[in-house]
Amino acid sequence: MKIFIPTPLRSFAGGQDAVDVSAATVTEALDRLTESHPDLRRHLFTGEGKLRAFVNLYLNDEDVRYLPAKEGTQVSASDTLSIIPSIAGGN
Amino acid sequence: MPAITEIIPLPELTTDDLSRYSRHLILPEVGMEGQQRLKAAKVLCVGTGGLGSPLALYLAAAGIGTLGLVDFDVVDASNLQRQIIHSTKDIGRKKLDSAAEKLTALNPALNVVKHDTMLSSANALDILKDYDIVADGTDNFPTRYLVNDACVILGKPNAYGSIFRFEGQASVFATEDGPCYRCLYPEPPPPGLVPSCAEGGVLGILPGLVGVIQATEVIKLILGKGSPLIGRLLLVDALNMRFRELKLRKNPECPVCGTNPTITELIDYQQFCGILPESKEEKTMKNGIPQLTVKELKRRRDAGEDVFLLDVREPYEYQIAQIGGTLIPQNDVPNRLAEIPRDREIVVQCRSGARSQRIAEFLKQSGYSKVVNLAGGILAWSDEIDPKVQKY
Repeated sequence: MKIFIPTPLRSFAGGQDAVDVSAATVTEALDRLTESHPDLRRHLFTGEGKLRAFVNLYLNDEDVRYLPAKEGTQVSASDTLSIIPSIAGGN
Repeated sequence: MPAITEIIPLPELTTDDLSRYSRHLILPEVGMEGQQRLKAAKVLCVGTGGLGSPLALYLAAAGIGTLGLVDFDVVDASNLQRQIIHSTKDIGRKKLDSAAEKLTALNPALNVVKHDTMLSSANALDILKDYDIVADGTDNFPTRYLVNDACVILGKPNAYGSIFRFEGQASVFATEDGPCYRCLYPEPPPPGLVPSCAEGGVLGILPGLVGVIQATEVIKLILGKGSPLIGRLLLVDALNMRFRELKLRKNPECPVCGTNPTITELIDYQQFCGILPESKEEKTMKNGIPQLTVKELKRRRDAGEDVFLLDVREPYEYQIAQIGGTLIPQNDVPNRLAEIPRDREIVVQCRSGARSQRIAEFLKQSGYSKVVNLAGGILAWSDEIDPKVQKY
């Protein structure tokens, strides 16, 4: 499946705007991603392994927080995961 | 959804209005009544910069009756790459005055209300209360949360837009049944993690694109037509010209707009965003790194002291302006420590003092015992020592 990397985090993903991973659930997909890009881990997760509050995860167009199985949701190869951090620029 | 100005008697359109807005009047979605609603509407633009420029201009063009502007900033040359409401002759002038002048030139019937202040917890409710809709065009997290909370508390929809480099977001927050900004992002990122436009750069056209999307949403809310971005997050990737949409849900446990709100008053947003006021100690020492003023650096150089100035900016920045430092871009520093002497005092310098502070801390952790940070960077040098050094 494809994971879309937002601009502020691209430098930690080797400059890529999307990464392909093989995974069965959302959690696995993130694990695969951070295994190959360890710098991403500390930007995405707190010390306790929770997703940081200013980052949102979307499976296709749905917020993972609101899916019944949350990060345990099963994914298929045609699904996409989007990491959406908050940005504040306006000036 | 009902249009905002439904319950107020609508103002008549003058003959000037009829000729000016003829292209609106012949649209079924606007018509006479729609144009009257626009004329009755009062919209507050928070910020007259990148987003605020196109936003305010298009709202003025559309026939909004009253436009409030909040901005305390002054026009700078680097703004003109994207803040198209301002002109070269306005450099040095208050943005509020420059913006008001362009808006009334475009539409003399527009009632411009200038709020020459920084929006804060002390004044936000008072300023926002007289408007129907707020369009947030600010550039920092504390103000974003402040505007959001004030809008929810007062019941004013917030046409939100934000940008970073070449990506943007847009949505409509704080409607009664829709989510608010905190439903999407309960907490801000720690300070320094997401660079500002000055640090990260921004494609000039991007706020143009996103600002007009915000203006479109404001107009749709007033007319009560079309499908607003309530519960929808529009993502704009200008580089690939892709638009995506994500679903936003109202969080029933949201502390501000949920079923049992715990935040019913405005808070200290600087504190919320982890931005602590600079203590007196921090002026001389920050995270264990002594801060050197540009005046002191000049004094040392003039006295013939052997100062090793390490410039950690990028090569293109060095080409724009430099003050004789040895250039090792920040990302190369860990691999080029052999070029940085351990037995001399190292003065680390960048554009504004932020990157150099981080590199100074890194050098200290790498065993360098004499490292100081040039507070304010090359910008401070230009301001205080040598104005011929180009600011950028």
